[in-house]
Amino acid sequence: MWYALIPLLPLLAFVILGIGGHWIKTRAHLVAVPAVWLSLLLSLFAWVEVSTGQPVNVTLYTWASSGDLVIEVGLFIDRLAAVMLLLVTIVSGLVHVYTIGYMHGEPGYARFFANIALFTFSMLMLVMANNFLQLFVFWEAVGLCSYLLIGHWYERQTARAAATKAFIVNRVGDFGFLLGILLVFVTFGTLHYAPVFAEATQKASATVNVLDALGGKWEVSALTLICLLLFVGAVGKSAQVPLHVWLPDAMEGPTPISALIHAATMVTAGVFMVARLAPLYNLSPVAMDVVAVVGGMTMVVGATIALTQTDIKRVVAYSTLSQLGYMMMACGLGGYVAGIYHLLTHGAFKALLFLGCGSVILALHHEQDMRRMGGLKDKLPLTYWTFVIGSLALAGFPLTAGFFSKDDILVTSWAAGVLGQVLAIMGILTAFLTAFYSFRLVFVMFWGESRVDPHVRQHIHEPARVVTAPLLVLAGLSIVTGYLGIPEFLQPVFAGAETEVHHGGAAVGIMIVTTLAGFAGIGLAYVMYVRSPALPEQLAAQWQALYRLSFHKWYVDEAYDKMFVMPTFRLADRLWRKVDVAVIDGAVNGIARAFAWWGWITRFVQTGEAQNYALGMTVGAVLILTAYLML
Amino acid sequence: MASSSGGFPWITLVVFLPLVGVAAILLAEETRAKWIALGTSLVVLLCSLPLWIGFQESSPAMQFVERYRWIASPPIHYAVGIDGISLPLVLLTTFLIPLCVLVSWTAIETRVREFMISLLVMETATVGVFVALDFVLFYIFWETMLIPMYLLIGVWGGPNRVYAAIKFFLYTLAGSVLLLVAILVLFFTGGHTFDILKLSQAIYPPTLQAWLFWAFFAAFAVKVPMFPFHTWLPDAHVEAPTAGSVILASVLLKMGTYGFLRFTLPMLPDATAAFTPIIMGLSVIAIIYGAYMAFAQADLKKLIAYSSVSHMGFVTLGIFALNAQGIEGAILQMVNHGITTGALFLCVGIIYERTHSREIRDNTGLAKAMPRYATFFMIFALSSVGLPGMNSFVGEFLVLLGAFAWGKLTATLAALGVILAAVYILWMVQRVVYGEPSQQMSHKLFDLHWREMGTLIPLAGFVFWIGLYPKPVLDVMHASVEHLLQHEVRVMTVEQPPRHEKSASLSSSQMAALSGYRDGQLP
Repeated sequence: MWYALIPLLPLLAFVILGIGGHWIKTRAHLVAVPAVWLSLLLSLFAWVEVSTGQPVNVTLYTWASSGDLVIEVGLFIDRLAAVMLLLVTIVSGLVHVYTIGYMHGEPGYARFFANIALFTFSMLMLVMANNFLQLFVFWEAVGLCSYLLIGHWYERQTARAAATKAFIVNRVGDFGFLLGILLVFVTFGTLHYAPVFAEATQKASATVNVLDALGGKWEVSALTLICLLLFVGAVGKSAQVPLHVWLPDAMEGPTPISALIHAATMVTAGVFMVARLAPLYNLSPVAMDVVAVVGGMTMVVGATIALTQTDIKRVVAYSTLSQLGYMMMACGLGGYVAGIYHLLTHGAFKALLFLGCGSVILALHHEQDMRRMGGLKDKLPLTYWTFVIGSLALAGFPLTAGFFSKDDILVTSWAAGVLGQVLAIMGILTAFLTAFYSFRLVFVMFWGESRVDPHVRQHIHEPARVVTAPLLVLAGLSIVTGYLGIPEFLQPVFAGAETEVHHGGAAVGIMIVTTLAGFAGIGLAYVMYVRSPALPEQLAAQWQALYRLSFHKWYVDEAYDKMFVMPTFRLADRLWRKVDVAVIDGAVNGIARAFAWWGWITRFVQTGEAQNYALGMTVGAVLILTAYLML
Repeated sequence: MASSSGGFPWITLVVFLPLVGVAAILLAEETRAKWIALGTSLVVLLCSLPLWIGFQESSPAMQFVERYRWIASPPIHYAVGIDGISLPLVLLTTFLIPLCVLVSWTAIETRVREFMISLLVMETATVGVFVALDFVLFYIFWETMLIPMYLLIGVWGGPNRVYAAIKFFLYTLAGSVLLLVAILVLFFTGGHTFDILKLSQAIYPPTLQAWLFWAFFAAFAVKVPMFPFHTWLPDAHVEAPTAGSVILASVLLKMGTYGFLRFTLPMLPDATAAFTPIIMGLSVIAIIYGAYMAFAQADLKKLIAYSSVSHMGFVTLGIFALNAQGIEGAILQMVNHGITTGALFLCVGIIYERTHSREIRDNTGLAKAMPRYATFFMIFALSSVGLPGMNSFVGEFLVLLGAFAWGKLTATLAALGVILAAVYILWMVQRVVYGEPSQQMSHKLFDLHWREMGTLIPLAGFVFWIGLYPKPVLDVMHASVEHLLQHEVRVMTVEQPPRHEKSASLSSSQMAALSGYRDGQLP
């Protein structure tokens, strides 16, 4: 039961900071940092335990029951969960330390620590969930933390808007997720992983009538529908096309959370979910193909946008999008091990890149535009070298961790039929783009002439050690994670489900081609941004349409604005004025007015004069008599 | 013929103790009125706790029953009791009234005595509705409730209070008249008794059930309020003083859904089965339409009022899903809506006391000037969004689960409401909590003081308790809901096989008959 301490320690830190933050203020890190590092230590124990023995599955308490539904909160730690635990606690631990320096002197210091502690708790509970509802609960909880942290600097209009956007776009995804859970319960009668996975094969041919409410009949495969609905949730959380629009805007949040939440952990939850639910996905080829294609599209779209962005955090954000696409594609093609492997190495090098950006931003007094950088490598040597290591890993440079995991993905993809081969080719092309944009970033930020504001330029210096130490650790991890035998460690989790990886001639070929693509990308970036800096401008002018498409992020935001956002508000306003006030309430008031009107009419009958009444009586009596006689 | 379960008459105490408080207020000085009201409502709250502690969860029967003959002919009894459906609502009421007194502490400056009396009479009437086991007694409480509410809106309300009060009164009264007719019909066809339990056991012919169903519907749908009978609600909320809004949203709206559970489902199972699709459709419309209306509002109270329409749509959706998850989710959602929406109205009341405006554009950027207030506002707003870990999620999830079993498309459309709720609530939060602080209001803003904290902390406690550990609340309901569903099983066994196959059989055998009619060959 001590496993429960892994998430509970950060929760405790959150509670203390949440209630006492007002008094703790600048000492907030003294509460949060030890809590997270202790949880890291315990995660190591858990990792040792499951790597030598059986997976852990404990029930903490019964959350609710109703009819035949029983929901328990539990912890499930197998090898997959164990590596996720380590990823979350290591990155979170480093980000906590980094935050001490990055957020130093901020008024919201304690609030920030409280929220990242809450995030760490939620993320840990998410990866250890042993049932679908718990997964969903913490899935939304990490979304809440993300919302609160994106909006941390809520004085900025852009930050507020980005926070709301992130929550709502994720809600759209969660809508599918929720329906998927409902369908799991209707199909399996339980929401716990173990019995669902055990029965999955028997239910492979089960169908569900989606039109039952209308008395119609349209039977579709229950498992495929479950997988697709749950995947909608993953599309939202892991920022896959077409719900990717929130992630770049999320860069409005302070940089430490971009590293923790929007690169290393939360956004990978979608990939984790697909891998976790591999026993279901494997039974639905349709769902698998959809996962692979969506992943592949995201991979390409993210990379093409990253080429032209000028905000350094946005470049890294779009690269995250693209890398998440790689992972998702791998899972969709059955390469869960490769996908999760890339998830882990990416967690290290992408956190490094974000924290490196943060270090630069800090040194330049919150400047994020690369056009006002340049020549920083001598002033910020440590940041520079770690950033280069991160970029090499991202570009898949040989012998870095990113090289191994990306290679695994492409080799597995190649082995997965025609779709896999098409996607693998796209993956290789994207690898070229990736290498190009990551070194565009390196060259423009750190090389060449300084374009920094002269006032700021004099004061540039390497940030405090709490900021640089995490960079060094992550730089180490960006190399080392390639040599820890992670794929072999993960293999048993997906035993039987994994597409066989053939280490034959094709594998060597792909490795060589990918490596060459990476070199080509770096070389092109060198030519364009170091050798002849005028070239990018010329190319942009020459290929204006393409450049605009990339620079304006394929105009997806604009399209959504026109298609969903504006129409919703307009429709709401029209419905309210034209239907609710005019028609429905109009009818209500109309009825009331009709009564008043009738009362007003009948008032003339009540004249109070006896003659009129007598006349009325006589006329009435005559009429009745006539009627009586006639009939 | 005084039969009673013999124990201490806790229910009677809870129902009538507020009237003792009323007497005390009448006798005491005006300045003491609020203290007496607070004391009385707290004692009532304490007296309602034994109902919960002594409640036998495993029993579906009415508990703490008291039954005395009141009028011999026609046989009318003073009969009260609670089961797992009414207990949570009784506790919700007794819990909220002290908060309503507290929130009116300085907000109500004129006729304080009368105001407090109205609140306490309201408590008697509402608790009475939930515990009554005799139809006449029920109807008396049901109608009594209108008077203090009418006064709360009409006397202490905003500028357009008279219009809102009359609209509220006439609208709900019009519905209630048909309820009275239905009660009389039941009396004559159900064995000359007003005993609700006996009437629930009787079996009525399907045609009669259909008429009764719509008569009940008229009374209950207006109270819920269901689309399209909801337009009195925004007006009443906007004009009502804060305590009035809280009672209106938290307790009064529950009367309608309670009525469906207590009368429509057990007494009219055949009609329920027949008309369920209509109610489900109206519920889905209410969920989506209410949310859309909420987008369009610039007035905080109107926004929350329309969100109530949307949230109550989930309750009716759950009830008419006619399965355990749906109904338990619906009852829980009734409690949740009471807590969350009540709390949001309290929050609006608190800010109104400072800025004297309910417009969103006048109350922006409160996080800077009022951090504690902002935190509470955020908690209740997120609860309203249905965020997991908070109360509303549990209810909504169970309701959706129930609705999903009833119809996939229905639940899918209803789940859209979950997205829409995030849109209108977070858009409001973005402006009210995080927006640019409004300049001319900034000097009026000061953070919560102890009394306001005292009203919001218990509500926040319930938000998290029900969110993190809803089991105790749900356990109270299981036996009663199962018992309730047995009434429906009576029909379901007749209704078999399921809908779509039934319609298929209709097309084969009955089409032949129909074609026979068309050919003029009458059987």
